[in-house]
Amino acid sequence: MYPSYNVEAVRRDFPILAQEHHDGTPLVYLDNGASSQKPLTVIEAMSQYYTHDHANVHRGIHKLSEAATAAYEEARNKVKRWINAANRREVIFTRGTTESINLVAHTWGRVNLKAGDVIVLTVMEHHANIVPWQIIAAETGCSIRYVPILPDGTLDVAALEALLIENSVKLLAVTHCSNVLGTVNPITELAALAHANGALILVDGAQAVSHMAVDVQALDVDFYAFSGHKMLGPTGIGVLYGKRDLLEAMPPFMGGGDMIRTVTLQGSTWNDLPYKFEAGTPSIAEAVGLGAAVDYLNGLGMDAIHAHTQALTEYALDCLASIPQVMVYGYPPERGGLVAFRVEGIHAHDVAQLLDQNGVAVRAGHHCAMPLHHHLGLEATVRASFALYNTFGEVNVLCNSVRQAIETFGRKAVLHV
Amino acid sequence: MFDNDTSFYRELILDHAQNQRNWGLLTPNDFDHAESNPLCGDVLHLTLQLDAHGVIQSVGWAGHGCAISQASASLLGETLVGKTFAQVAALRREDMLGLLGIPLTPNRMKCALLPLKTLLVGLVDQRHWEQVEDGE
Repeated sequence: MYPSYNVEAVRRDFPILAQEHHDGTPLVYLDNGASSQKPLTVIEAMSQYYTHDHANVHRGIHKLSEAATAAYEEARNKVKRWINAANRREVIFTRGTTESINLVAHTWGRVNLKAGDVIVLTVMEHHANIVPWQIIAAETGCSIRYVPILPDGTLDVAALEALLIENSVKLLAVTHCSNVLGTVNPITELAALAHANGALILVDGAQAVSHMAVDVQALDVDFYAFSGHKMLGPTGIGVLYGKRDLLEAMPPFMGGGDMIRTVTLQGSTWNDLPYKFEAGTPSIAEAVGLGAAVDYLNGLGMDAIHAHTQALTEYALDCLASIPQVMVYGYPPERGGLVAFRVEGIHAHDVAQLLDQNGVAVRAGHHCAMPLHHHLGLEATVRASFALYNTFGEVNVLCNSVRQAIETFGRKAVLHV
Repeated sequence: MFDNDTSFYRELILDHAQNQRNWGLLTPNDFDHAESNPLCGDVLHLTLQLDAHGVIQSVGWAGHGCAISQASASLLGETLVGKTFAQVAALRREDMLGLLGIPLTPNRMKCALLPLKTLLVGLVDQRHWEQVEDGE
């Protein structure tokens, strides 16, 4: 479909992929859902910034501060265009998805939630989209309801609809793509459902943005949160998109420099958007790196990237499903770039350790989704998550390594059956 | 910041910054609004008086700040006289920058635009001002 997609050329842009994981074993990096690797353009953009342009932003009347301010704000403009926000002031820089969701919980949540109100989450949420709401619920007296999932790993939309109709729901907070099941939720449909019932919708886009084009206006979401480091950018930078009317009405999150208009000993007034939510010196170099990551993704094209990671994921599903001892979790019709599975008789940590000996980096554990694992009756799963630089050959190494692990644990596995 | 091509404007800006036209607040007035620049603490307070036909006949302002923001207020004030509220509400950022006539860096832009911000936030609203500031 995208014959021009040259994965070998893409790989050459990522210096870390050239290393040997252990002596003589190439690195097969399949832990992209936790954090992706960085192209040289991102690393160099940050190095260039520190070499030539660094000073504090928005403050100094000198050449370096002007250069730093321009670089920081240009990164915001790049993100604005990339997610198709209506306005650059709707793009708030945070430290990551977690901080973005906490920002909404602690500002919008504190002034809009009270006893009797309901927040709706789903069973498949990452802890980052559960714990902030539990903290705010304890403070405000509102309650939390969870949308269950169906056996194929998709959201029970009928149950959600019933929750919305039967309760005074103020907010639906839902992941765009499950970091365990891979389920891509029908956000446009969920947003329409929430709005029709007087609720707002917040979307955790951490696992989605590196795999698919996201248009916040087309999705009609009220808030959209994501992290730079899962989409080829640096750690320490993330984004909260919010509709302007909502952001304007929200109180600030953290207090400090840059977020104020005036400060007296009696009180303070707040700066305009987006600075109202960016207290203190921001992560300037990281924002520049995020901007470079957006440029890199745009260079390849989100549609081409999506096609590549989809093909890889389907191939991995087929390969893993052909191993009788492997059980894959979640068969949603639309899936992101990851597969979570269990190997019969071998704990996920042991599988990961054995894969690592073959240079294969995967994640093992509950993936910050303990309620989902509890729901599935599992302690831990192994997760292989793909990025735009992974190859079909690497999927073969994964599956062959799983087979080897089964052989290594062979007799033990029989005991467990 | 200044080169020979902009020496005329340098003189103009220094003149207006040191000899502010229309200094002093008007009472009574038909417009009264103040804004500040959070970057450097500049404050601008602007008042306007209309004649019987709804045309601005007097401008009065006070405030403190750098030479750019002071000159900007002085220059803008002069151009408001003889116009209606509807006419001045349509002012764009280019109009203000044109009055100053010198290239400005992003952080100085806030100083130069503070008077126009005061006028437009007071006359229309914050959202309208942000659109003007962003050049939309």
